Parts: sequence; C-alpha cells; structure tokens
Amino acid sequence: MYPINPDRDQLVVSKLSNRFGNAIESHEVLSDMLCITVKKESIQSILLFLRDDQELQYNFLTTLCGMHYPEKEQLGVVYHLHSFVNNHRIRIKTVTELNDPKIQTITTIWPAANWMERETYDFYGIEFEGHPNLKRILNMDEMTDFPMRKDFPLEDQTREDKDDSMFGR
Amino acid sequence: MSENQIITPTIADMPDGTSGQGYFATSLDKAVGLARKNSLWPLPFATSCCGIEFMATMASTYDLARFGSERLSFSPRQSDLLMVMGTVAKKMGPVLREVYIQMAEPKWVIAVGACASSGGVFDTYSVLQGIDRIIPVDVYVPGCPPRPEQIIDGILKIQELVGNESLRRRNSEAYNDLMEKYNME
Repeated sequence: MYPINPDRDQLVVSKLSNRFGNAIESHEVLSDMLCITVKKESIQSILLFLRDDQELQYNFLTTLCGMHYPEKEQLGVVYHLHSFVNNHRIRIKTVTELNDPKIQTITTIWPAANWMERETYDFYGIEFEGHPNLKRILNMDEMTDFPMRKDFPLEDQTREDKDDSMFGR
Repeated sequence: MSENQIITPTIADMPDGTSGQGYFATSLDKAVGLARKNSLWPLPFATSCCGIEFMATMASTYDLARFGSERLSFSPRQSDLLMVMGTVAKKMGPVLREVYIQMAEPKWVIAVGACASSGGVFDTYSVLQGIDRIIPVDVYVPGCPPRPEQIIDGILKIQELVGNESLRRRNSEAYNDLMEKYNME
C-alpha cells in the first residue's frame, strides 16, 4: 500500500507555488496521490526542480504517458515521479492543444524518458521538442494514425467478414 | 489416447499403377507426390499459444514424426511447409512474407489457429487480420488454440494436397495469377 503523507504533499505544493507561481495551475489528491497540473511551458524546469531540490529529491521517473481529452480538443502528458529518499510519489500533468501538440522533452533530465516519449508520440502524436530520436517505437513506421486517441476506431477497418447484423449493430 | 493402445508404424499406401512380378509402374506425378507428402519439412513460424500446441504435436504423445515430418527446418530455404501458428502483428507481416518468398518451390502454407487465419479476437490496429492478406494459404486450422489432433488433421489435409498436386501446377496460369495477386513473381 502506498503511504499517504499529507505533510509532504503540502510541502511540494508550497515549494512549487513559491518557485513557479502561475505556472502551477491546480492540484488535487486523486487516488491517494498528489496530482499537480502545470503549464506546459514550464514542464522542463519544474521537473528539473523536483529532481534537484534537496528537500524533495524526486529522483526517479516511474513512467510518463499521454492523455486525450476529445471534448476539450486537448492532448496531455502525465509524469509519475518517485522520491526514493522520502518514499513519496506525485503525478505531474500538463496539457497541450490538439492541433499543435508540442511539449518540451525531459530526456535531458531523465534519459529513461527517451523510449517513453517515443511511445507517447507513437500512440498520441505528441511531439516532444528537443527529443534526440522522435520516431515510432512500437507500431510500424508506415502507420499514419495515432491509435490511442479516442477518435481512432477500435476495430480494424479492413475486416470484411464482420457482418454488423451478427454483432447487434 | 489410451495407454495400452499399440501404435503400429504404417507404410504409405501404394498409388494406383500396374504391378507384376518384380516391378511396379505408376505415373511420375504419383510417385513424386507420394515421396513429397511423406517427407514434409515444416518451418514452424510460431508466435504465440498455437506454437505451444505445436510443440505438443511434435512431442512424443502426438508425435508428428509418424507422418513423416520429424525434421523441422528452421531455414526457409530447406522447408516445404510453412506453419504459421499464432498472432501476426502488422509489423511482423513483411518478415513473414520474406520467409515465404525465401522458401523454394514447391511450398505449402498452413494457418494454425484463429489469429493466423483471421486475426482472431485481436481485431485491432496492430494485428494482421489473417495471414492470407500477405501470403497464399493452403489449409486453415480453426481453434483458439487448436488441439494437437486438429493440427495433425491440418497436416493430413496438406498431405492430401501435396500427394495429389500435379507436377505442372506451379507452372500453371492459375498459380501465376495467384502469385501475382500477392505481388510475388
């Protein structure tokens, strides 16, 4: 079970607010974990601060992944950070417009983000500015779609044997 | 299979022909077909659980060797029968096609299981919806995964095709048209 630590949550929020001010848009505790939404222009400096601050030391990037909000026409990225020193985890979210999905790379902070960002690009089409090798990692290179976007049809469109009447459609 | 059942090795049936004292005459087609069908060298292209069933098919209980296929070939150049067993991702498609092209004629293909035959439950962006979209298939074995008995049945169906194939089939117009359909020479 993940240890809940409201004091540390509060510390992270106040330190970030003091340092970055308006770049911190909102914060809430979701599923027992602090989740902070920040402006995409500051994502690199915020994550670098979280890693290098002597009190916080979020030295480990657990994962990062894309998000798609079709109703808001937005794409986003969520970063899961873990401080081994303090045994504390947080989530950082940032969003970008669907028609211009660009977010700064964090491969400069954690080299491990390289493949994660490639995967996020592969499935959501988010372009990570400054990424050393941003190309598809899992899907075939010829693919033009971004299959984890919610407007992507779930079923293969080239199947001819699927009779809609058999599936109650 | 019951334990006390004795399996006697069978000898392939003699094809139609004329026999007399000390000789037997038949057509070249039939003699070649007889030889080919009882010495198939399968190339297992196993990508998922159907491949596990195939391992059981090759092992002692089911023993595919009884049908003349004990020698698996892991080189496409030396094999007659491509056995595609399992889900083939779209990214794997060109690899499978290359393997098929590298096989020497005459060659046969068996699609084992729902995934290889039609994509199966993986009706999704990353999975090839049946290998017959990229290479011609001779026999489809249904099942998810099929039991070894079904795979053996598929092999027997292939043997039937191999044994009855005319020597000139691979030069026929129909065959060339089929290859052309798949953009192969």
